[in-house]
Amino acid sequence: MKSMNRFRTFVLGAATAALTAASVTAASAVEIEYWQYFFEARITAMEKLIENFEKANPDVTVKMTHFPYDSYRTKVAAAIPAGQGPDVVQLFYGWLNDYVEAKLIQPLPADAFPPEKIEAEFFPMVKAMRMGDNYWALPTAVRSLALFYNQRMFDDAGIDHPPTDLDELVEMAQKLTQKDGAGNLTAVGLTTGMTAQDHHWIREVLIRQYGGEPYLDDYKTVNYNNETGIEAFTFYNDLQAKHGVTKAAFMDEPQAAFKAGRAGMHIDGSFRIGALEGVRGLKWGVAELPAGPDGTRSNYASYWVNAITSKAEGEKLAAAVKFMEYLTSDEAMQIWLETVGELPAKPSAAMTEKNVNDPVYGPFIKGLEYARTTVFANESAQRQVMVDMMQRIELQGQPVAESVAQAATEEQKILDEYYKK
Amino acid sequence: MRRASGFARAPRHLEVWQRNGAMRFYHNLTISQKQIVWAWAFLALPVLFYVVIRFYPTANAFVLSFQEWNLLGARSFAGFDNYVRLYNDPVFWKVFRNTFMYLILGTPISLVLSFVIAYHLDKVRFMHGTIRALYFLPFMTSAVAMAWVWRWFYQPVPIGVFNNFLASFGFSQIQFLSSTTNALPSVLAPAIWAGLGFQVIIFMAGLRAIPQSYYEAARIDGVSSWTVLWEITIPLLKPTIVFLVVFSSIGFLRIFDQVYNMTTNNPGGPLNSTKPLVLLIYDTAFNGFNMGYAAAQTVVLFTILLIVSLIQLRILRDR
Repeated sequence: MKSMNRFRTFVLGAATAALTAASVTAASAVEIEYWQYFFEARITAMEKLIENFEKANPDVTVKMTHFPYDSYRTKVAAAIPAGQGPDVVQLFYGWLNDYVEAKLIQPLPADAFPPEKIEAEFFPMVKAMRMGDNYWALPTAVRSLALFYNQRMFDDAGIDHPPTDLDELVEMAQKLTQKDGAGNLTAVGLTTGMTAQDHHWIREVLIRQYGGEPYLDDYKTVNYNNETGIEAFTFYNDLQAKHGVTKAAFMDEPQAAFKAGRAGMHIDGSFRIGALEGVRGLKWGVAELPAGPDGTRSNYASYWVNAITSKAEGEKLAAAVKFMEYLTSDEAMQIWLETVGELPAKPSAAMTEKNVNDPVYGPFIKGLEYARTTVFANESAQRQVMVDMMQRIELQGQPVAESVAQAATEEQKILDEYYKK
Repeated sequence: MRRASGFARAPRHLEVWQRNGAMRFYHNLTISQKQIVWAWAFLALPVLFYVVIRFYPTANAFVLSFQEWNLLGARSFAGFDNYVRLYNDPVFWKVFRNTFMYLILGTPISLVLSFVIAYHLDKVRFMHGTIRALYFLPFMTSAVAMAWVWRWFYQPVPIGVFNNFLASFGFSQIQFLSSTTNALPSVLAPAIWAGLGFQVIIFMAGLRAIPQSYYEAARIDGVSSWTVLWEITIPLLKPTIVFLVVFSSIGFLRIFDQVYNMTTNNPGGPLNSTKPLVLLIYDTAFNGFNMGYAAAQTVVLFTILLIVSLIQLRILRDR
C-alpha cells in the first residue's frame, strides 16, 4: 500500500511537473511577426538583428516576412485589420500619417520610450515621428545627402579640396566643365536634376541657407514664395542658365553622368555609395554639402521606421516593445550601417570616432547633426511641382519669380487636399 | 389505368433517376434544350472566371470612383467629388489631349506605313521571309527594353546617337525628349515602329485573301494600277482595315510602357507633354494612393475606349 501511495504521489508529481513545464514552454514561445519590403541587404541585416535579439531574449522568437515593394502597402493594409500579419512593421517615414489615421499602428508606450529620452538620444529630424505626446515609430537607420566629387577631374583642374561654400561650388564647377568645339557640354561641373535629389537640396538646404524656411506650420503651409525662396531658386537656376556649368538631366540621369566620369561633382544620398563602390576607373571622394552665403549648413534626411501594429496585445505587445528596444539600440544601428550602409539614427552610435572619420560615411554622418526631414503629403506629387517649376523656366522662359509663385500655389493645393480630412 | 401507367413507365434505371427532381426536369427537355444545358455547363468555368476576374473588379472600380480610399483604412463615399475634381483639373485635360494626340497621330501613320510596306513586300520574292521577319522582330521585343534603347538614342551629346551624328556634321542638336513639342512624337515613333510588324503581317494576310481573278479581270480591261489599288485592293481589305483601326486605336489610347520607360525620371514629362491617361491613373493610384480619384479616371478611360470603338465599328461597317 505504502509503495502504491508513493507511486501515486510520484505520478501526480510528475504530471504536475510536466504540466508546469508545458506551460512554461508555452509562455516562452511568444512569437512575434516582423514585416518589411524586400531589399536584399535589409533582409540580411534584419536576420542578423533577429538572431542577436533571440539570443538575448530566449523567450521570444521573431518571424520575418518580406514582400516586394509594390505590394507591400496593400498587404499591410489588408492583414492588420483582419488581425493577421505583423506585430512590428516597417514603413517609410512619410507614410506615418496614413498609418496612424488608418489605425494600423499604436503609439510606442511612453514608459519604454519616453519622448524626452528619445529627443535627447536621437538626431533631431526623428521629431517628425512624434504626434501629440507620443512617438509612433522610430528608425534604426537614416540617409542623408553629401557631395560626391570626381578626384581625377579635380586633379586635372588643379583643385585640391572640395568646395566649402556655394561660391566655391560655382567657381570649381566652372573649372570642371568641359565643352566640345560647337559648345556642347561633354562634362558638367555639377550635376543637376530635380528628378534626383535636387528637390531635397533646394527645399531643406538652399532655401534655409538663403535665410528662408521652406514650410511653416508643421509642413502644412508652403513658405518659399518670398524673397529668400526666389533667391535660392535663382541660385539653382543660374547654375545652368548663367554659369553654364550644368544641364538638367545631362546624360539622362545625374548619377549616370557621375558614374561615367562626366561630372565633376554630384549631390546624392548615402544609398548611392554601394552603386559607386567598385566602378572601374572612377576615383571619387565625399564631402559635406557646401555651406550657404552666411555659413549656414543644412541637410536633408529620410528614413524608414519601425512601429508596433495595433494588432499586438498582451505578451506579444511586451515582446514587440522589447524587439523595438533592440532595433533602436546602438548595437543594432552599427550592424545596420555595416550591412546596409545606412547611417545610425542616434549620435551615440553615429558619432563614434571610427564612423565620423570614415572617409566615405563621415561627411554623411556629420550632415545628420543639422539635417531636417520634410514631412511630405505626397512626395512624388510634391517633387513633380519642383520639376515642373524648373522646366517652365528652362523650356518656356517663364520668369523665376512667376514660376516659384505658381509652384507654391500648386504645392499648397496638394497639402490642403491631404490635410483637409 | 394500370395499362396506361405501365405503358408510360420508363426502364428501371431511368425510373430511379426520375425520382430526383432535377433529373426529371432534365429528362423532360428536348434535345436542343439539352444541348443548351450542356453548353452552359461547359461555359460555367469561363463565365465564373470572367465574373470573378473581370466583372467584379470592373464593377468595384465603378463603385470606387464615387468613394475616397487611400488603400489603408476604410472607404468613404464622396458622391461625384472625384468627377468634379477631374473636370476642374487642368492636368487631366492636358492628358486627355495627349491621349488623343497619340491616337490621331499614331493610328493613321502606323496604318499607312504598314499598308505601304505590306503592299510592296507582297510583291517582293527575294528573301521575302527574312524581310518579313525583320519587320516582325520589333513586335516581339519587350517594349521596356526598346523604350530604354530609344531613350538613349534621343539623348543630347555626348551619349545620344542621333545628336552625336548631328554634332559630328556640325549641326545643332535637336532636343527630343526634353522639349515640350518634340517629346510626344519622339515617344510615339518607337511605339509605331514596334507595332508595325504585326500590322504588316495582318495586311499581307488580307492581301493574299483577295482572289487573283479580280486582278486578272482588271488587267484584261487595261485598268491603271492606281485604279486597281483604289477600286479593288482597298475596298476588299476593308475587314482587315476595320480590325487594325480598332485594334491599334485601343493600343494607342492605352499607351503606357513606352511613355513610362522613356520618361521614368519625370513620368509623362516634360511638363506633362507626353503623359497619357493610363500613366495619370497609375500615378494617382500608386504614387498618390488616391484610389477613388484613380478609379474615376479609369471610368473615363473606359468610356472613351468604348465610344471610340463603337464609332469606328459603325463608320467602317459594311453597308
